[in-house]
Amino acid sequence: MNKLTLFIIALLLSPVAVAATPIEQRMADYNPDGNLTFDAKRGEALWHQQRMVDGKQRDCNTCHGKDLTQAGKHVKTGKVIEPMAYSANKERFTKLKKVKKWFKRNCKWTYGRECTTQEKGDLLKYLSQY
Amino acid sequence: MMKKWIVLLMVAMIGLGINSAAFAEDESFFDWLFSLEPRNEIKPMHNELYNEECSDCHFPYQAGLLPEASWRKLFEPAALEDHFGDNAELDDETRIELLTALIADSADKSHYKRSKKIIASLGENEAPLRIIDIPYIKRKHHDIPEDLIAGNEKVKSLSYCDACHQKADEGIYDDDTVVIPGHGNWTW
Ligand code: HEC
Ligand code: HEC
Ligand code: HEC
Repeated sequence: MNKLTLFIIALLLSPVAVAATPIEQRMADYNPDGNLTFDAKRGEALWHQQRMVDGKQRDCNTCHGKDLTQAGKHVKTGKVIEPMAYSANKERFTKLKKVKKWFKRNCKWTYGRECTTQEKGDLLKYLSQY
Repeated sequence: MMKKWIVLLMVAMIGLGINSAAFAEDESFFDWLFSLEPRNEIKPMHNELYNEECSDCHFPYQAGLLPEASWRKLFEPAALEDHFGDNAELDDETRIELLTALIADSADKSHYKRSKKIIASLGENEAPLRIIDIPYIKRKHHDIPEDLIAGNEKVKSLSYCDACHQKADEGIYDDDTVVIPGHGNWTW
């Protein structure tokens, strides 16, 4: 093999060569050292985990809806929320700042606490495969 | 022929003169001229960051709908964290930037007619957290039956101005621009 072939193979194998989608980039943002393994099943279970507040159940579907390929509706204001599934909405997860902001707000509102890095990665994995 | 040109030139020079002298501070003569009509209403929000940050859960309310003291209370970190039962917390940098923009155009600083009426209807130290608690706004909606508001799935609450006021996003609340969903144009 000559140097050029080697170089091309190296390029193909390197993660940089594969154009990462925004949601893959976000998962990488939450896993800079590659120490964590994100799991869609765990993410799915967490997405559906319910908490009772003032006699009403809260989970992530409360605003994002049952079918994540469809638009949801804010439970209080009724404002339409564009689909969460990456397969249905390519504008999702494009900005780390936005993702961080909403994980913080929505984990606190839904679970009454912030989510861990592992949990955020699991949730993203679930949303990336939905 | 020559004379017309001279007249035109003079008009243009006067225009420029006014433009740079009296109106240079914050707006041009022409901005002023064209903004005469909307001044009857509420100043529209042109702050991009605001329109992005405060439009995810409801339409972005104009700064001129509340006095400075109300915006200050709403933008306390703890208040944003429990924002009418929802979490709307912001990082400090964004929070300060938005609050500064809101204060600059708050109802007590605005020259727009409806903002002045909002202030006139409030007592000296009154600073409600809700626009719908302002006496002027309450009075204007006094005659609308509840079943067209709370009993109307497409409206839900008086808080969602844009459900009925078709030009709410431009700061126009004139009763000619009202359509109550499922009820039609507003006429008595
Ligand atoms: C009370 C309503 C509500 C609930 C409950 C809720 N969300 Fe959201 N979520 C929103 C709104 C509103 C937005 C911002 C609007 C948008 O991005 O279309 C949003 C945006 C997001 C985003 C940002 C997506 C992006 O494109 O950057 C993520 C991530 C998210 N939500 C995750 C969750 C998770 C995880 C849960 C459950 C723990 C949850 N949400 C529960 C209302 C809610
Ligand atoms: C996470 C969702 C969410 C975000 C983000 C949000 N709000 Fe709200 N806001 C609400 C809810 C819920 C209400 C109460 C609506 C109701 O009572 O029906 C509300 C009500 C208000 C009201 C009172 C309206 C009235 O007269 O009843 C104001 C003013 C307001 N919001 C300003 C803002 C500003 C400014 C921002 C940007 C920093 C913002 N909101 C961001 C959810 C949100
Ligand atoms: C249920 C629909 C509805 C909602 C929601 C609503 N309004 Fe109105 N509004 C009306 C109607 C109808 C009138 C006209 C009342 C009349 O003429 O008697 C009106 C009148 C007004 C007026 C006076 C207009 C004029 O020509 O004098 C103002 C100002 C106003 N609304 C502001 C608001 C604001 C600000 C909000 C949100 C906080 C809001 N409205 C929410 C229906 C609504």
